[in-house]
Amino acid sequence: MRLYALAVFGFLYLPIAIIALFSFNAGRHASQFAGFSTQWYGKALANPFVMEALWTSVSVAFASALIASVFGTMAALALQGMRGRVRAIADALIYIAVMVPGIVIGIATLIALVTLFGWINPLLARLAPEGAAPQLGMGHGTLIAAHALFSMALVILILRARLEGMDRALIEASADLYAPPLATFRQVTLPMIFPGILAGFLLSFTFSFDDFIIAFFVAGSETTLPIYVFSSIRRGVTPEINAIGTMVLGASLVLLIAAQLILRRGRRAAGKDGG
Amino acid sequence: MQRRLATSVLLAPAGLWFAVMLVLPLCFVLVFSLGERGAAGGYVPAFTFEQYANLPARGQAFLNTLILAPVGTLLALLIAYPLAYHLAQGVGPKWRTMLLILVIVPFWTSILIRSYAWIFLLGGQGVPALIEWMGFGAVRLINTRFAVLTGIVYGYLPLMVLPIYVSLERLDRRLLEASADLGAPPLRSFLQVALPLSLPGVATGCMLVFILLMGEFLIPAMLGGGKVFFIGNALVDLFLQSRNWAFGAAVAVTLVAIMLGTVTFYLMLMRRLGGARGNVDLI
Repeated sequence: MRLYALAVFGFLYLPIAIIALFSFNAGRHASQFAGFSTQWYGKALANPFVMEALWTSVSVAFASALIASVFGTMAALALQGMRGRVRAIADALIYIAVMVPGIVIGIATLIALVTLFGWINPLLARLAPEGAAPQLGMGHGTLIAAHALFSMALVILILRARLEGMDRALIEASADLYAPPLATFRQVTLPMIFPGILAGFLLSFTFSFDDFIIAFFVAGSETTLPIYVFSSIRRGVTPEINAIGTMVLGASLVLLIAAQLILRRGRRAAGKDGG
Repeated sequence: MQRRLATSVLLAPAGLWFAVMLVLPLCFVLVFSLGERGAAGGYVPAFTFEQYANLPARGQAFLNTLILAPVGTLLALLIAYPLAYHLAQGVGPKWRTMLLILVIVPFWTSILIRSYAWIFLLGGQGVPALIEWMGFGAVRLINTRFAVLTGIVYGYLPLMVLPIYVSLERLDRRLLEASADLGAPPLRSFLQVALPLSLPGVATGCMLVFILLMGEFLIPAMLGGGKVFFIGNALVDLFLQSRNWAFGAAVAVTLVAIMLGTVTFYLMLMRRLGGARGNVDLI
């Protein structure tokens, strides 16, 4: 049994390990190991296309995770203990956002926004006839907006679990001691849910940073790192992609393990045992 | 009154976001699927079911998806179950958390890079070279169904392990002990006690993996090399290459309808199994 578990973990991690190993390949050919070298990391980091795509990915991930954390936390607080129609609609929307495949979300967002921009842009042009009217288009903004949607659903789901496990008596005690609601929030609720918010932010960041399929549709002329990698792979396997892949996986692993540890420690602190 | 105002203010930004970025786009897809294709691509307003009647034009993509998604789900189940059982019943609590994190983490890392790893492994210089070196003759693995299924199982294994693990972890050990005390051999205890009680977890895992597979694009695109393609690949082609938005929208609506049907079937099944729907922590 233990051997079987070991084999499955090997299956899960060996391909990643091999990519990492070959990223240190000194040879030009992707699959023959010809000695240790970090030259491909240097090449990848000196490639202006890679750096531009990386910057787009990081800035989109940061902005969308920030928006999702703030608005998602607000919504989770409002939905706490709520029942009735609003709650039912909110639950349905959250599940739809999580369950509908990314490809459908991407397509839907693309056709909706292109059509909407097609209606709005002439209006904007009429408002500012000097040719100085801002034109809306697919790009940075639409990437952030689309990623923030999924991430917001994620943050709400994480915080809902935490808020439900929270001891209501603490909030009541705070109110009994005449703390105004805002002070109760700042001194009691926020410290308790903060690990959840932080974990939600990290997961949102990772999701956005790794997402390919939604970005593929809504990025317009922007190139995110996954889009860059996808189009490079089509041109052939190179050690440079191995190096980029290793860096991407490494960054995700660090963020994810941090999020897991924060969540698990937080769960124990909130008195809700379990893994 | 003040409380209601506070609630509205707190909900407003997220509500607006979901309305503009989720509800509105999905409505657009539905409307577009009833339209016609423009002369230069794109969409012309109309009210016709022509696009739906034309669905068989992409029949191969539907067929591939409807065969490979269930097969992939089944393979993932067969590999995941023993692991979940081992984690839930055979590992101490200290190691369990760590191992569980190790199962979950790959699911959240880039599926693009992880599929790329398999291009690397299954490509000409990878496993096939090894097989040839061992004297078994030349084989081609990349761009086959085998490659796509490998990628699928690899990508979605964590999603299958987790719900099964949760249902087995809740299993009361005393039930297994009671079964053993009454003289049942281990295999029989498993078949009559553990397996039936874990069925809700199995159903949840299969449902999650199946509906995500229905919308898969990357794995067949990278490991199927245009030979093994899914509905998702047809959608990318229709929207980004052929620019046939109306027909693409009809394909997308059909895809979502199949998924909704699956979820409905799952909910009915769960009611029958009588299992609590249990919260599965995917995060």
